[in-house]
Amino acid sequence: MTPSLDVKGLAYAYPDGTQALYGVDLTVGRGERVALLGPNGAGKTTLVLHLNGILHGGLGEVRVGGLAVDPGDRKALREVRRRVGIVFQDPDDQLFMPTVREDVAFGPANLGMRGAELDRRVRDALAGVGMLEVADRPPQHLSFGQRRRVAVATVLAMEPEILVLDEPSSNLDPASRRELAEILLGLDVTVLMVTHDLPYAAELCPRSVILSGGVITADRPTRDLLMDTELLAAHRLELPFGFDPAATVR
Amino acid sequence: MGAGHAHRLYLPGASPVHRLPPQTKIVAVVAFVLLVVATPRERMWAFGVYALLLAAVALLARVPFPTVARRTVIEVPFVAFAFLIPFVAQGEKVAVLGLQVSQGGLWDAWNILAKGTLGVVASILLAATTEPRLLLLGIERLRMPPLITQIAAFMLRYVDVVTAELGRMRVARASRGFEARDLRATRVLARSVGALFLRSYERGERVHLAMVSRGYDGRMPVMHDVGATAAQWTAAALLPSAAALVALTAWIAP
Repeated sequence: MTPSLDVKGLAYAYPDGTQALYGVDLTVGRGERVALLGPNGAGKTTLVLHLNGILHGGLGEVRVGGLAVDPGDRKALREVRRRVGIVFQDPDDQLFMPTVREDVAFGPANLGMRGAELDRRVRDALAGVGMLEVADRPPQHLSFGQRRRVAVATVLAMEPEILVLDEPSSNLDPASRRELAEILLGLDVTVLMVTHDLPYAAELCPRSVILSGGVITADRPTRDLLMDTELLAAHRLELPFGFDPAATVR
Repeated sequence: MGAGHAHRLYLPGASPVHRLPPQTKIVAVVAFVLLVVATPRERMWAFGVYALLLAAVALLARVPFPTVARRTVIEVPFVAFAFLIPFVAQGEKVAVLGLQVSQGGLWDAWNILAKGTLGVVASILLAATTEPRLLLLGIERLRMPPLITQIAAFMLRYVDVVTAELGRMRVARASRGFEARDLRATRVLARSVGALFLRSYERGERVHLAMVSRGYDGRMPVMHDVGATAAQWTAAALLPSAAALVALTAWIAP
């Protein structure tokens, strides 16, 4: 079966000369949930922005559900951006429309959807994150946790092939964090989750990869990876006090 | 979060005035204001009738008079200026309460006061019965360039976010013992404004990134149509039509 995401030999340097990626290889199968771990400055954001062709021009290639990300082909790029749903870290950046409903509709409407079909997409996406009742409210009137969930709905509405979450648990209180985890576990979609939150990775993703120094340096079942203290220390990753990965039996 | 800054002018309701499509209300208010301005200032009765017309709209929209009165405070600086005119203007002098004032200046002051107040009250009623984002949609329907309305829509969305950021910066300054005592404080405040500008600019870039990721290609998708029926246009036209009658009478009456 075609993998949801297939990255081969991806290398990239920013225009100012800073090399961020040195040849990344990563395959994510359909329906998999993978955590992308790594210290600050490892190139995680750079990698994410390659997945839907916002950054390009380096070496290597990215395929999403078999379709190559080619910035020169506008039609293919539009389809790639539908297939890759990125949830950015700050929901205030993601939610820019006057109401929740319009914001969730923004993506599918850009794909040319209108009328009843658009309404159905919006309703399904909001229902998927349990936020249907706030549809007509302005995003700035929601709590942070609610805004994060609506941000997830804005990309679910595009029915993506792969959901990419940038630090989904950041700034959430424990209850919102758990609620978001339950929602993510309930979704039938491929997930790539960029995070520093190792317990969250253990809870949500059976598999983890470490991106460090612009290359993938480890790719293992999350539980094994988190028990390898030497590996974690080598990449400035640390488990929070009192957390024992061996106790996370699913 | 600082919720609701952008919505404090709007009074939620379901009155017939609230339900009219925004573009009809905008056109009605603009037409009304133009007619008021075109009315000769000597016809004082005409302005009384205009005020009654607005009172009728307020009643119909269930906007309480005290609310309207409180909000007219915004015109105080202009009114203060108008009150000065009779004392500084040239021309024939008349005695008012034992003071010598210019007659032409007195008319000028009345003119500004009456027409200004009517315009302000009409705008207050429009803002109280129309959500800000619907106002923007209405303006867009009236063929305002979408770029302008997009900028205004983003301003509406992010004014609270930026205000909250400004508030956090103020708290951070105060927590480290800063007090704006004299002119030397401007240096610090200017830096804060600069930092706020940079943060907002960077946020703008991140928002754009989020938009492009969801297929934005320079045009906002049109998602809803706030079309107006002939009946709705007619209903909205009641106010300016009545005002037109008044203005016409004021011009031709001896």
